Amino acid sequence: MITQNASEMAAAVAAGEITSEALTQAHLSRIAEVDEKVHAFLHVDAEGALAQARAVDVARAKGEKLSPLAGVPLALKDVMVQKGVPTTCGSKILEGWRPPYDATVVTKLKNAGVVILGKTNMDEFAMGSSTENSAYGPTHNPWDLTRIPGGSGGGSSASLAAFEAPLAIGTDTGGSIRQPAAVTGTVGVKPTYGGVSRYGLVAFSSSLDQAGPCARTVLDAALLHEIIGGHDIYDSTSIDAPVPPVVTAAKMRNVKGLRIGVVRELGGEGYQAGVLQRFNESVEVLRGLGAEIIEVSCPHFEYALPAYYLIAPSECSSNLARFDAMRFGLRVGDDRARSAEEVMNLTREAGFGPEVKRRIILGTYALSSGYYDAYYGSAQKVRTLIINDFNAAFAQVDVLISPTSPTTAFKIGEKADDPLAMYLNDIATIPVNLAGNCAMSIPCGLAPEDGLPVGLQIIAPAMADDRLYRVGGALEAAFNEAWGGPLMNKAPSLTGGVR
Amino acid sequence: MISRDDVAHLAQLARIELEASEIDHLAGQLEVILGAVARVQEVAGADVAPTSHPLPLKNVFRPDVIRPSLTPEEALSGAPASEEQRFRVPQILGEE
Amino acid sequence: MSEAMLDYDEVIAKYEPTLGLEVHVELNTNSKMFCGCATVFGAEPNTQVCPVCLGMPGSLPFVNERAIESTILIGLALNCEIATWCRFARKNYFYPDMPKNFQISQYDEPICFNGYLDVEVETDDGMRTFRVEIERVHMEEDTGKSLHMGGATGRIHGADYSLLDYNRAGIPLVEIVTKMVPGTEKYAPLVAKAYVAELRDILRSLGVSDVKMEQGSLRCDANVSLSPRGSGVLGTRSETKNVNSLRSVERAIRSEMQRHAARLDDGLKVVQETRHFHEDSGITTSGRSKETAEDYRYFPEPDLVPIAPDPAWVEELRATLPERPSVVRARLQKEWNIADKEMASMVNAGVLAVVMETVALGADSTKARSWWVGEIARQANERGVEVIDVGVTPADVARIVELVAMGELTDKLARQVVDGVIAGEGRPDDVVATRGLKVVSDDGALLLAIATAIASDAAAAEKVRGGNLNAAGALIGLVMKATQGQADAAKVRELLLKELGQ
Ligand SMILES: [Zn+2]
Repeated sequence: MITQNASEMAAAVAAGEITSEALTQAHLSRIAEVDEKVHAFLHVDAEGALAQARAVDVARAKGEKLSPLAGVPLALKDVMVQKGVPTTCGSKILEGWRPPYDATVVTKLKNAGVVILGKTNMDEFAMGSSTENSAYGPTHNPWDLTRIPGGSGGGSSASLAAFEAPLAIGTDTGGSIRQPAAVTGTVGVKPTYGGVSRYGLVAFSSSLDQAGPCARTVLDAALLHEIIGGHDIYDSTSIDAPVPPVVTAAKMRNVKGLRIGVVRELGGEGYQAGVLQRFNESVEVLRGLGAEIIEVSCPHFEYALPAYYLIAPSECSSNLARFDAMRFGLRVGDDRARSAEEVMNLTREAGFGPEVKRRIILGTYALSSGYYDAYYGSAQKVRTLIINDFNAAFAQVDVLISPTSPTTAFKIGEKADDPLAMYLNDIATIPVNLAGNCAMSIPCGLAPEDGLPVGLQIIAPAMADDRLYRVGGALEAAFNEAWGGPLMNKAPSLTGGVR
Repeated sequence: MISRDDVAHLAQLARIELEASEIDHLAGQLEVILGAVARVQEVAGADVAPTSHPLPLKNVFRPDVIRPSLTPEEALSGAPASEEQRFRVPQILGEE
Repeated sequence: MSEAMLDYDEVIAKYEPTLGLEVHVELNTNSKMFCGCATVFGAEPNTQVCPVCLGMPGSLPFVNERAIESTILIGLALNCEIATWCRFARKNYFYPDMPKNFQISQYDEPICFNGYLDVEVETDDGMRTFRVEIERVHMEEDTGKSLHMGGATGRIHGADYSLLDYNRAGIPLVEIVTKMVPGTEKYAPLVAKAYVAELRDILRSLGVSDVKMEQGSLRCDANVSLSPRGSGVLGTRSETKNVNSLRSVERAIRSEMQRHAARLDDGLKVVQETRHFHEDSGITTSGRSKETAEDYRYFPEPDLVPIAPDPAWVEELRATLPERPSVVRARLQKEWNIADKEMASMVNAGVLAVVMETVALGADSTKARSWWVGEIARQANERGVEVIDVGVTPADVARIVELVAMGELTDKLARQVVDGVIAGEGRPDDVVATRGLKVVSDDGALLLAIATAIASDAAAAEKVRGGNLNAAGALIGLVMKATQGQADAAKVRELLLKELGQ
């Protein structure tokens, strides 16, 4: 039952073939069984989840109209606040904090009857590409427990690949939805900036952060996208327009005549051979489906990574200033003799991990007087150039494609104290965040050299999220046919037996 | 060049009581990172306008209408310390 | 530790002052700048707070349209240009009363800029107009309030702590910054005061703020520097924070000029620093010396989109601007037929607006003026508060003038009514009723009192009967005493003389 797609589960609940409570309980059992190995969850809210599930069952019994994913369980990245449920962002500094309010995404999920199982592990404050930066220990990739599940949303992607949840919410600042999806063989979408409310998403880098759906299939992601998307007055950067028709697009399975651009700068040197091989095969599959393949150049993409590592740390240095031991969270060193300032300094030293401190210090530097123009200012100009590159590319093609991540999942600990090497994981995903448009990662096979999942990235212009689903849905169908079923069928059972 | 003193000053601005070993370690790493990210200056000409917001939205306002606040209990629920319905914090220096 | 001060005349003989004023105004919007919390002054602690104004993780600001509108109105009233495009910026610094540890403000793109305000000051040569140029008017948010507890002993090692109330955090603030104001000479303190007073009147006439200095809805930071006469070199300035009354603005500037001059005379440097003004002693003391220059690391606020006021909207707002207070003054001076000096005394006492309101409510302008400039100003002065804050409203004064005109109150009784209103006994009619302050005009009651007086001082009565009218004074006194001053003395005299055959 837990290996089904979310849409199948929802249909079973709606048809009365299974109760949401039983479905939720099945997932809670799976979590109890395998999460010791995977460590996808920081907090499991069994009681809350079962209560939500029962409410859906009651509504169904009364004959109320259910939303398309009603009764289906979901794993929530711990960067989203949920009223009364511990929210840590993978950081010690928020240990034990129970927010007094719901994120807009959480409100929408609750209203849609989606059952929130608990909070998933992540790199501290979403800073990282491996989930090793969590203060609560790393998450393990269900495909190979010695490897990383991607990051920052490794908990969400791993929960899907471990069949602990059929749906998850991630957030993507530089690739934190797409790269984990790529390395776990799942689907992850970074919607258009402003397409999903950021209210209640604990900010890492406000102008880049975007919450989005994670699932095992393109259609499931689309169904979740429709639930969480849309305008929100509480987020001033939210777009006041209807959610693009992503579900319809996911079901189209037709890319005939679509112009698909292959970005010359996203590939080649630095990319693992097996990743490039699977990517190139995918290009041929698309060509075979009738799409027109065009090579495009985005010459400024090589500056995206440096620009990102100025903008994101700068914004984070300001966003994370509120973690100061005064109103919530950790407080260290308050001995009634130390001043507020000393307690702040000690708390932030004790509460933040090395990567967070590194980025705060870097961002503080980039914004400080005398350096602003050279660093933050220049990075903002690069942002303009990258937007221009995208505009030029989208004048020629409908969508762009590239490998999502240059490599498959690497070993835990392999890049732990080499920030620059770690940052390279996001080289193909970052340009999208800088420009604010949308992208999806879908599995495109296993790399021949290590047998690990490879992700393919599809990029569309802002508010053309439906194009992602159109291409993703068609490609997924073609792959499933070629592979004789979804890639996830090949994932290890984690229990030695049959799932 | 990023010196130890620079890092210490940044840590002070960012209110982080870094240990000496962390300052040393960070000074070296920042040097490398800044060397890499400084590349943005190569193309950031005077003719390029900076982008602060990814989407061209403007004038997003809300009407001047009161919305429900939290209860004081909710507001203070996560406070490390509270007293008299207020957040209790260590002494604040530098005030009259 | 008080510092040396130079005699003011000597200061002026040797130095030329340059002024700079920063005024913070809390807008009187219903809800906060970036969230929907209420803004009621004096509410129970932490009852007007939400995730946004507490800076909780995940929360985002959203802009109050009326705050933008009010700021544009202020800019227009101060003859400013209105930006066609501008952004909010984050001003980063840590302070426990600031929940996010950054303030949403504006940096190099203020919404209003390049304006001016003309203020009138009474000089040796009559009224003179000084132009105060406005550099910028921008929007930001207020901080919470801290209460410092304990700490009888040393601050650092004592058992000190602070309690924070964030009700005020996020209330919209508008900051109005002047350019350097040179050429005010010995009138610098008066120009500063007149500027703040005029600004306050304008803000009140716009209806955008309560402008109550003592409640902090209007706060002034006053800068001054001195340069040796004729040198043309701008001196180092000091910034005196939170000067909380009009009178203090004048006193703080004067005191700082005297302190600077004494230092310069002694060959010392003026330190660029923040000073605190003390109402009681009238001097300033040094605030926290800034160990390093603050580095606020401003950058565009990514959570809020740019503001691009539609020119048509700006013109609509311009059309709603009320008459400029200086124009109002010229018109009123003519209508009320009063001299420059009288107008100046009203402006100085800060009562023009309330006099106008009182007159608008039907009171005679002379009477209204004399109440506000006289009795009420005196009482306010005794209490050390602004006239408008003493507790008497224009409606109260209008009613009192009316009661006197109807003969229901004598001037003396009317003063008691004012006392009662100030004491919080209610509106004038309440005070009249509870204190029983009615003119005794009932002839029967007066005749009874007169008869009693005649009986108790028969000798005086005889003298009056005999034609010695001076003797009537003693008897009138007795009647007034018996009626507790509530009788009209002229009426008593008339009835008494008639009674005694005169
Ligand atoms: Zn609020």
